[in-house]
Parts: sequence; structure tokens; C-alpha cells
Amino acid sequence: MSLISTLARLEAVASGRARPLATVRHRRISERPLVLVPLTTAGEAGAPLGALVGTDRDAPRLLTVAQPRDRDLRFAFLGELAEAVLPYIDAYTDVIEPAERNETDPETGKRVKVEVELCVDAPQLVVPSRPGIDFVRLLGRSMRFRRTAEEDPETPYPAPPRVPLLGRWLTHYGERARVPGSSLLLATTDLLNRHWATGQSGLEDQHLGALLAWIDPPGTLSGAEAALLAELERDRDGQLACPPAGPATDPAFDNRLLAPAIERYDRARQELGAAEDGADAEERLARLTAAERHIRALLLGVMRPTWDAVWHGLDLLRQLPEGARVEERWTRDRWSFTGHRDRVRAGEPPQPRRDDAVTAAQKLASRETALAQLAAAEALDDPLVLAGHRLSGEAFVGEVTEVVMAYSEGKRPSPRPLITVRTDDRPHLGERTKVFRSLDGKPQSAEFVRYGDGPADEDEAGTGTGTGTGTGTGTDEDGTLVLRLTDRMGRSKEPAPGSVPEKGDRISWTLFEHDQRGGPKLPDPEETPWTHGGPPVREGTAEAGPDAPRQAPDPVTEEDFL
Amino acid sequence: MTAPPASRPAPDSSSAVPAAGLPSSAVRSAFDPGAAAARATDAILRDTLGAAHRGVVVDSPPGAGKSTLVVRAARELAAAGRPLMVIAQTNAQVDDLVVRLAEKDPGLPVGRLHSNDPDPYDKALDELPNVRKSAKAAELAGLDIVISTAAKWAHVQGVEPWRHAIVDEAYQMRSDALLAVAGLFERALFVGDPGQLDPFSVVGADQWAGLSYDPSASAVTTLLAHNPELPQHRLPVSWRLPASAAPLVSGAFYPYTPFRSGTGHGDRRLTFGVASDGSGPDRVLDEAAESGWGLLELPARRTPRTDPEAVRAVALVVRRLLDRGGVATSERSPGPVPVTADRIAVGTAHRDQAAAVRAALAELGVTGVAVDTANRLQGREFDVTVVLHPLSGRPDATAFHLETGRLCVLASRHRHACVVVCRAGVAELLDEHPSTEPVQLGVTVKFPDGWEANHAVLSHLSEHKVSWRP
Repeated sequence: MSLISTLARLEAVASGRARPLATVRHRRISERPLVLVPLTTAGEAGAPLGALVGTDRDAPRLLTVAQPRDRDLRFAFLGELAEAVLPYIDAYTDVIEPAERNETDPETGKRVKVEVELCVDAPQLVVPSRPGIDFVRLLGRSMRFRRTAEEDPETPYPAPPRVPLLGRWLTHYGERARVPGSSLLLATTDLLNRHWATGQSGLEDQHLGALLAWIDPPGTLSGAEAALLAELERDRDGQLACPPAGPATDPAFDNRLLAPAIERYDRARQELGAAEDGADAEERLARLTAAERHIRALLLGVMRPTWDAVWHGLDLLRQLPEGARVEERWTRDRWSFTGHRDRVRAGEPPQPRRDDAVTAAQKLASRETALAQLAAAEALDDPLVLAGHRLSGEAFVGEVTEVVMAYSEGKRPSPRPLITVRTDDRPHLGERTKVFRSLDGKPQSAEFVRYGDGPADEDEAGTGTGTGTGTGTGTDEDGTLVLRLTDRMGRSKEPAPGSVPEKGDRISWTLFEHDQRGGPKLPDPEETPWTHGGPPVREGTAEAGPDAPRQAPDPVTEEDFL
Repeated sequence: MTAPPASRPAPDSSSAVPAAGLPSSAVRSAFDPGAAAARATDAILRDTLGAAHRGVVVDSPPGAGKSTLVVRAARELAAAGRPLMVIAQTNAQVDDLVVRLAEKDPGLPVGRLHSNDPDPYDKALDELPNVRKSAKAAELAGLDIVISTAAKWAHVQGVEPWRHAIVDEAYQMRSDALLAVAGLFERALFVGDPGQLDPFSVVGADQWAGLSYDPSASAVTTLLAHNPELPQHRLPVSWRLPASAAPLVSGAFYPYTPFRSGTGHGDRRLTFGVASDGSGPDRVLDEAAESGWGLLELPARRTPRTDPEAVRAVALVVRRLLDRGGVATSERSPGPVPVTADRIAVGTAHRDQAAAVRAALAELGVTGVAVDTANRLQGREFDVTVVLHPLSGRPDATAFHLETGRLCVLASRHRHACVVVCRAGVAELLDEHPSTEPVQLGVTVKFPDGWEANHAVLSHLSEHKVSWRP
């Protein structure tokens, strides 16, 4: 935890209210997000219990599974979920704009620009908490390899139409959520925790109710009091006033309310099956319907507070203006969405169970790049985030007090002006440490020369290899330091207009880069080297052979018979 | 809970050679470190030059002559007429290797492939007549040996694969970095220290945990997962660590692959020209000079990372070490050699701590001392190190601070003595924070875990403790 967020937490404790960690919103909140509040069945991995889903905060669509162990009901739930989610996604796939993309021409091997479509906007999924994201991923995995009767008439348990497609989309969203700064699939708790610091522990911050209680406590309560109520308050029946945001449910709810209701439903079903005549069946069907309705009411009761909390959180976040560089990241999300749309349309198979070596390495590299970009972008967008970096010596803000023109040595001397900056910050500068500022949205770099504003030593200024007499002292009294500007001044001998700071300018400098160089090109998966096991054998491809097992089962070991 | 005594060798170690894995008779008989190291090296070179295996892995404990081995293997491969590429992890390592190669064999044509950044390589390379430098691999084609960083090699494309490669610091190389360069060579010698810091990723990589090619794992892990038949060798002698340190480091960090020091007790000595003034820093320096280890313990307190008192104590120890005219006697030179600033390092866990120590040293007028994080001190060697304990003053013990490799690096950079500065209460802190990392299926559990290694080191240090209230 950085010093500034520790400070914000201490202030939150002292004041009883959450403190802001940001002055702008660092994630995109879509105008029309799809909120999904899922519940899972206790003790039954991957068995959905119910969900509230929709784009209208006043009219969520309630989906439930009356008996979660019944696979037919589970499939029916997934089919309904597909009907609720896919039209929302489809609405974005055909609203496009022309765009260009760099591709490698397969014949010449040259980089060429290709005209492609880019979706103008992308659907956004919002879940209450981080386990909700994991559950989306789990649902995606459990659905994307299913086969519908249409795809495979032989399949013994065909999935409802569109379920596999939903699985692919949820898988894509689940993977995208791992990219730092992406906004396709968001957890409300993550969003709130990014923008506010509470006076409770990180673990408690995962509780959506308690988190909102700190940020926007109801009535005259302090954040701590309201959070305690959100965590513990129960009604006369022992039920939580603020049920967990899911997908896990409260055991008290499971034991006292849900289990008896499901039992009643099971009994009613059995009785219906044993009905002897029409009139009898009708009566028993009515009982079954009543039992199911009861379960639906119970589940709605524990999901609705979470649903409202998610929208409440979105309201709070919408009050913050969007950061300037959020748009850029959202465009990358749109590319990601469009890319998956194209893969689905091209009839590509679902995402494989596991990434191959090259794909895994590529994903890791792109996420590391995204994280560095995100950290820099948030600092540049938000003075409060920058303040955190200034406090930790990773950035400084100062006023330019002097600009002395100087040139590099060599046949064609380039401008290398010396900028004297006065700052109250204490950046961790060493000899020739590079620093960056944003110039028209692009980074301009400079290097640290020395502390103090004494007359520049001409030799040192010229060669660019000066030892920096003052470097390393780090304790300069008056807070002045000299930087040498090193790029973005144009090609001519005189720097391009506006490219050199002027006396009196107040400028933020960072010690970290604003841009990230992309990683190296990795081999094609078909050329995976021997150190990494050679090329992967694709399931169901010609190399694997048509009869190759989809995946070898785990070998039986002695432990299996313990 | 305390560390199991088995993993903690007795302080007097001439007889307490770590015996796990070795027949005790072999250990008890007079151990000739030079001969043992030579035998290991011969076996490594035989496998490397032979045609039986595509790869050879060499595990090297701290200061076991890894660089010497790399230089020797490179020369022998070049002499055998096999074009060789050498992959190191940092530019400093690359430059160091180039200089060592040129020292051993000034006539050997060596290429230094470098980046396009300003000052991409050490200026000392310009003095070497047979070293050609270029940012383009094609311009170095045909040279016996071409050396560069993994990052630079990853951008080399469209060239004939090299017959052979040497991958230095392979345990610190990430699997995905190896993936990017493995197409450039046919066979390779992988050399590294398994006890040092594992490579890491700043973003979560849990989704690939357990996969043989987990991109965030070390290159050697992936290599051996796919090629388990490759021969693995081990260098048995640390030439850097003194007899006072090798048993502790071996026992705490390499419990199953023990090594010993190349020198005995009494071969190295650290003395001071100026007597102690009785202050904490002076007393801990005397203790460290005497026993090889010193723990300067400050009163227990929870502090920010850049604990001003601890930082100042570190700086004071360095200042006093210089002021008191430390002199080191070792097998390297006939007479005592002064311990100058460039022979001293300060190690920390975090960069901001390093920055704070640098500032504190500057305040005391000390320059030229290497102050860096464990990550950046890897592979370097000094006479005396002063370490700010990673857990000092912390309220919690996270996986980062418990990482075995971090402590191992910090505790194994010195030839003579190591002084650790720490707040009291770390043992209790450890007991309150047993490691709770989730167990990932398919991931080989690393031994020892950081919790146990920390306890082992701490309990040894506590025998050399100097309490001090600044």
C-alpha cells in the first residue's frame, strides 16, 4: 500500500467517511451497462442458483433454478441467461465505423494497413464483486464447449440454442477483465475501491454493502457504524439485512429459508409425477408452481439489495468526471470486442481449455504493458494519483526558473536545452535519471543533470557525460534541479516552437515512462521451440487425427484407491 | 514455532559440513575444494561439448564460479569451432562477461550486440581491440562469440540459428523470455543460481500456474518440465562466501543441494585500524568482523518502509566501517587490502528504501557505496554488505517479503562480513504470519519456503546480536 493510500485510510478512520483516492473516474461506465447479479449454490461448484440481469435498474430480469442439482433446470437457466444477455451484446455488433489496422501481409511479410470494421461502442457487463467475475468465467467455461442439437444431432445432452455462444462471450469478457484498465467486465467493489479509501481492511472492502456504507452512509451514521450494520444486522428470522453480494449466499439463508423451500418444491414435483387423474394433477401442478414462485421470491429478496447497491455504486462513480485517457483504453476494449465478434462470425472454434505457450506469453506481455500504461495514464489524468507518486519520489512538479540553450556534440548538433526547475518535491534522482513530461499528449524526455542552480559547467553541458557533481546528495536545500531536455524538439538546429518549456511554466515530471514499448515478437505457435515442448497438438485437428481423444484423462494413481 | 534445528548448521562449521545427499565418508575425508570444483567443471564441459544432449543445466550457489565457468565454456565452444551466442539478463552482466572473456583471451573475436539506447554498453569495451559492438546482429555475423541480453536477443530475427548458446542467470530469466529467444539456437548450456530471486510478473499469472510453460515461471522450470532427461550439474564450492557464511546459506537456502566454502576459517580476516567507540554500529562491526555476521537490533516498532531510524543506522554502520579503516585479508592478495567504498554494498527490499539509504549516506558524506535492492544486487560481490532486513518494522509478512530468494541474495553477497540492521520482533512477526499462499496444482513446491529460511537466518543472526537504541 502506498503512503498516500495509507494516509487516505487513516483520514477515513478519523472522519468516519471514505476519502477520495481519485479526482476523476479512471474506468469507463457505459451509458447502458448490463448489470448481472449471479448467485451460486452452496457446496455445488458451478451450479447457478439464480441471477438478476438487465439494463433497466427498475426492471431486472429474474432467473432462478428451483432445484440446482437438476441439470435440465440448470440448462433452462443458462438458456434464459443467453436470451437475456445475447440480444444486449448483439445490439452492439452491427453499429460500426471504418478503421485501420496494421497487419502483416502473408505474401510479402510487410506491415500493411488494412481497412476493418470497429464497433462504435461495446457492451459492458457489471457484476457486484470480484468473485462475480470469477463466476462469469466459470459460467463461460461450463458453456462454451457445449453442443446444441443443431450443431451435433448425436450429442446426448444437447444444450439450448445460443448457450455455447454465451459461453464464448462470457469467456472473452472474463479474460478481458484480467487486462489492467479494461472496462468490458467490471466488479463494482473494484471500481469503488479504486476511487475511494475506506477506514476498514482490504478484506472488508470486498463487502459491497460495507464499502458503500463508508462511501455514502445513510442518515447520520458514520461510515464505520453503517459498515458494521451492513455486515452484521439481521432481522428477527436471523436473515441479513444486507445479503452477501454473491455469488455465494449466506448460510443462514440457505439453511433456514432456501433448503426448506427447495424441499417443498421437490416434494411437489414428486407428487405431480405420481398424480393419478387430471384434476389431481392440476391441483398438484398448482402446488408445484406455488413452490417455485416461493423460491423465486426468496431469491429475488436476497438479490435485489445487491442489484440496487450496484446501481447505487454506478451512480456514485458517474458523479466523477471521466479521466482524459479513459477513452483511449475504452477504444482498446472496443477493439477487443470487435475482434471476438469477428472470430465468432468467422466460425472459429471456442477458446481452448488452456492457452498454448505462445498465447500465454503474449497475454502476459500485453497485460504487463497495459498495467504500465494504466499506471502512467492515471497519474497524468489525475493530480491526486500524481501526488501519490510525488510523495514516493517517483514524480515531481516544479516551476521552470531558467532555460539555457545548449547543444549536443557531433557533426549535427541537436538542441539539448538545460532547464532549471524549482520544486518542493523530493524525487529519487540519480545521475542521468530519465524524467518525462507530457507534451501535447506525447511524452518528452529529459535527463537529470545536477542539483542546484549554479552556473552550468560548459564542458559538462556539452558532452552529455558529465558526472553530475551534485548528484546523489539528494538533500539540496532550495529544491532546484537542472534537467537536460533530450527529444521532441524537431530535426532542425532550433527547437520546434513550443517544444521547450519557458520560464514560469509549471510542469509535472515523472520518473516512469508514459508509454510502453511493446514486447518482442514471439514465434508462431506452430514454431514453439523445444524448450517449451514444441508445437502444441491441437484438439480435433488433422495432426491430432480425427479419432484422437479430446483430452487424455488423468492417469489413475495409487491415491485414487486410498 | 522456531526453525527446525536440522536446517541450521552450527556456527563453527569446519566439521559441520552439510551432509544431506552426500555419502558421509566422502565428506569426512579431507575435502579439497579446488579438486571438487574442477571435477564438476570437467563433467559439465564434457556434457556441453558432447553431442548427447540438447541442453545442460548447471546449478550454481552464490559465488561458486559461475562466471568463470561461462567464460571457460564459451572459450572451449569457440575453440571447437561452434558459433556461440551468450544470453545474459542485464547489460551489466553482458559487459562483465565481455571484459572477462577479453581478459582471458584477448585475441578472441567477440561481438557485443547492444540496444539503440544512448550509452548502451560500458565504455571499457571500447578499449578492447577484438570486441566488435553493434546494434544489428547481422553486423556481428561470423564472430566466434556474440553476447547480448535476453531482451535484445528477442528482437533478433531472420538469422541462421547459432549452433550453441549459453544462457547465463537462467533461473532469473522468465519462461516467456526464453520462448522469445529459443528459436535462435540449437543447443544450450543453462547456468544459474536456483536459490536467488525467482522472476516475477507485476500482473497476476495464476491462470497459468501449473502449466509446464507458465510464462511467469523461470526458464529452467519450463525447460526441465519439457525436457526432464537433460543432465543437471551442480557447482559444489562457493569461492565468495567465507567459511562463516557458507554453512548458514547452504543450510538455510540449499538444504538438499549443499555446498561449502572454498576457504577455511582463518583464511579471511577483517580488522579495523581504529578501535571501537562503544556505539552500536561499532560493536556490531566488531562482531561481524569476528564472526562474519552481525545483527544490529533496533527497538521494536512499526514503521513506514523507509524507517528513518533504521535507514540512518544502516548509513552509520557504513560510515563507521569506512572511518575505522576496515582492512580485509584474504587469499586473493598477499597483504591486507583496505575495504573501500566500492567494496561495500547496502541491500534493501524496496527501491524507496534504497533511495532513502542513498540520501542518508550522502548526508554523512559517503559516496561510492553500491546501494540497491536485492533484485539488482543479484550476481554481484562485495567485501562487506549491510542489509536492511526485509521484515524490519513491518506489520505483516507478505509473500514478497518472505520470498526465499530475496533473503538469500541479501545474505550471500559478501566475502567477509554481513551486517543486518533490523527492528526487534521479526521472529514474532513470522510466527504470526505463516505462509498462506494457495497451493497450485501442478506447481513444484519450492523448498525451503521463505518462512522457514527466514527463521533459520534469524536464529543464526541472533547469536551475533547487538541491541542498540539510536
